[in-house]
Amino acid sequence: MRFVKNRLRRTMLFIPGNNPSMMPDAHLYGADALMFDLEDSVKITEKDAARDLVHQALKTFNYGDVELVVRVNPLNTPHGKADVMSMIEAGVQVIRLPKTEHAGDVLEAEQWIDHCEEVLGIQKGSVGLMAAIESGQGILNVHAIATASKRLIGIAIGAEDFVTDLKTTRSPEGTELFTARSMIVFAARAAGISALDTVFSDVNDEEGFCAEVALIKQMGFDGKSVINPRQIAPVNQLYTPSPNEIEKAQAIIEAIREADEKGLGVVSLNGKMIDRPVVLRAQRVIALAIAAGVVENTVVFDNIGG
Amino acid sequence: MIICDAIAGTLESSDILIQIFCVEDEAGIEIHLESAVIYQFGEQIRKVILSELQAAGVKSAKVRAVDRGALDCTIIARMRTAISRASSIHNEQV
Repeated sequence: MRFVKNRLRRTMLFIPGNNPSMMPDAHLYGADALMFDLEDSVKITEKDAARDLVHQALKTFNYGDVELVVRVNPLNTPHGKADVMSMIEAGVQVIRLPKTEHAGDVLEAEQWIDHCEEVLGIQKGSVGLMAAIESGQGILNVHAIATASKRLIGIAIGAEDFVTDLKTTRSPEGTELFTARSMIVFAARAAGISALDTVFSDVNDEEGFCAEVALIKQMGFDGKSVINPRQIAPVNQLYTPSPNEIEKAQAIIEAIREADEKGLGVVSLNGKMIDRPVVLRAQRVIALAIAAGVVENTVVFDNIGG
Repeated sequence: MIICDAIAGTLESSDILIQIFCVEDEAGIEIHLESAVIYQFGEQIRKVILSELQAAGVKSAKVRAVDRGALDCTIIARMRTAISRASSIHNEQV
């Protein structure tokens, strides 16, 4: 199935690539995307085995509407290109590139994907790309990376490698990640793609996890990578608009609809002017509310998740 | 063609451990299967193992399989890894 550029990506559940027990039911926990990992969670001696296993899983299981992403090994390792070829053959929607530092890394991947699609007889442009940035160098090049390919659907920050590169460690407040996170969001918005936050490793610290989700949501991120199904509900919940927000958004959309019918250029609601950003925010609130199942899907917006 | 012994998979739940042993050319296929569900699924597991050997053109090999409740797709994946590791076509570079 062809990749979708803009869609809801609140949660991306990480599945270790060499573990068959998690694969049949991974889509049942409510994540918007699944990310099968062939990279850091797989031992160097088991790279071929994980590739064969994820290939079979993608071909066998019906994961429904969940977006299917595979994190491959870097293309300059002996495994990267074989990973990409095998995953495209199995029907992956998005290839996630680890440790992206330069726009050239994305271009190299794009060329290889072009080649794979041609060899496999798949329509050109079917497979999307996502770039994970995990170093100071990558952050300094983030705009060039985010705009390097039409296949890109999003950029993510990989914090563990990033803080190591910075010669620091992760703190609960995330001070060390603040600038990098902001730059990821700026670049994603400039490129019109998704901004995705890093994993939170301590599955038992729900309070710390929720604080981090609240922070990254406020910063503008579309969603977060999660390492355990337990982390899905808290993220989806924090990204679900409140009844008050939904009511306001519905009123704004209704006012715009009425104004359109009357042919009015400028609209006001309760004495406040409604302009384009207000409408876009309202549409996004409703899209999130529909995804969370708290509002019925009766209207289709063209910028869902965007 | 099988040119060396090889192993793939694990003994974790939902997985299967496949060992392939190199045998003489005319020895044929020999499959030893251990599984807690051998009475229910033994025949099916053997069928999948055999069809993977045939698909890879393997005419002679000994296979030892220790099943921990693997689905067919997992058995196929582990067989392909094991055959690839055991055969001359094993090559990480595409």
